[in-house]
Amino acid sequence: MLRPFALHRPATVAEASEILAQEGRDAALYAGGTELLVILKEGLLRVKSLVDVKRLPGLADIRADDGHLLIGATATHRTVEHAPEVHARCPLIARVARHVANVRVRSVGTVGGNLAFADPHSDLATVFLLFDAKVRLSARAGERELALGDFVVGPYETSRRDEEILTSVRLLPWPAGTAGAYVKYGLHERPTLGVAVALTVAGGAVRGARIAVGCVGPRPQRLAGAEGRLGGWSLADVERRAEEVGAEAAAAVDAVDDLHGSAEYKRDMTRVFVRRALLVAAGRAAGRESHERHPHTVVV
Amino acid sequence: MSVIPIRSSSSVRCTVNGRPVALEVRPEALLLDVLRDRLELKGARRSCDMQVCGACTVLVDGAPVSACTYLAVEVDGREVTTVEGLADGDRLHPLQEAFIDHGAVQCGFCTAGMLLTAKALLAEDPSPTSERVAEYLRGSLCRCTGYRKILDAILACATPKVAAG
Repeated sequence: MLRPFALHRPATVAEASEILAQEGRDAALYAGGTELLVILKEGLLRVKSLVDVKRLPGLADIRADDGHLLIGATATHRTVEHAPEVHARCPLIARVARHVANVRVRSVGTVGGNLAFADPHSDLATVFLLFDAKVRLSARAGERELALGDFVVGPYETSRRDEEILTSVRLLPWPAGTAGAYVKYGLHERPTLGVAVALTVAGGAVRGARIAVGCVGPRPQRLAGAEGRLGGWSLADVERRAEEVGAEAAAAVDAVDDLHGSAEYKRDMTRVFVRRALLVAAGRAAGRESHERHPHTVVV
Repeated sequence: MSVIPIRSSSSVRCTVNGRPVALEVRPEALLLDVLRDRLELKGARRSCDMQVCGACTVLVDGAPVSACTYLAVEVDGREVTTVEGLADGDRLHPLQEAFIDHGAVQCGFCTAGMLLTAKALLAEDPSPTSERVAEYLRGSLCRCTGYRKILDAILACATPKVAAG
């Protein structure tokens, strides 16, 4: 059962921002409701009104934007999974969208809602870090753009101001010659660990590496030290020495204890899964698809 | 100019299992309660109440949703399908026949959700692989059958892929 609330259906972003400014913490932004309605039912959040952003014009658009891929905040996971623009520019994201939560959540859950809820056990924020994601926030006073790493502050906490609306996320597609992979592990509904990696290879050597680890700590993070270690390696080096990068990632990752396991366990799992994800990506860079499978693991 | 929020009831017009329905619903009314308590459609069931189990699955414009965590006001202008809408009179839907033939029903609690999820999958991908069916059913929990028979029943309704060459 849900406690009574008023449902606002503003027609413009300015109007939505005005309602948020007036009602402050008594109002909650509502899109798919897959996270919000659950915490309302559980009594973890109490509000007097919901501000439905699904009718705001253009907010569900997915399009190319000056060399970037722009995903509107109210685009559902299912839309992202099928969108030709996503397949063309950031195909890994389309594949990840197909594995978010379950099909019912994907039907209604939105990209913006997922990012703004900032559940640490989420796939999107981790993967988006590999695409230098920037979120756009709009309010009556104007617009600002923040790097995703500055937007997600901690568990269920973002730097969005009360009157702001997350309107889109902008992603920079990888350079040619880049192969990526996302590997997640979990026994519960939400992943226990998610590792996203990408290798840009030119002339047989790694020219750029990206590694992001999510779900194990308060927020997903890029691991610059582990990334740097891969510079100049051949694909054969990557396959032989992936373990070293895994160990470096495990040492650097900010892991915490929670119901999914201890910090020590997560650190060790980070070591193993960074290695595995690198092997998948290195295989792809060489034109091979790994068919190695592990229990409770999704390889995207 | 600000739009007046919905504070009490608003009218929702939709079709449920092909029939037009007009209802007054409060903003906080959940689709599951409206279906079960007002329309007397008891096929969708409340179980986990947090979108994890799939027992309350219904289709909205063909897409599976968890009716336990979906506002009834959202179905305005849309088409809702519950398990009661699958059979054509006394003639069961092919998926229902296949579930019976394969022994894919034991206690039956998850069956409505399984059938509707399978219907959505086959509409999207008429010839899914076994791996794809299992992937699509993630979050549709059955505590009796061990899933094998459910998978077999769904695969029996798939359109065979025409061999290449």
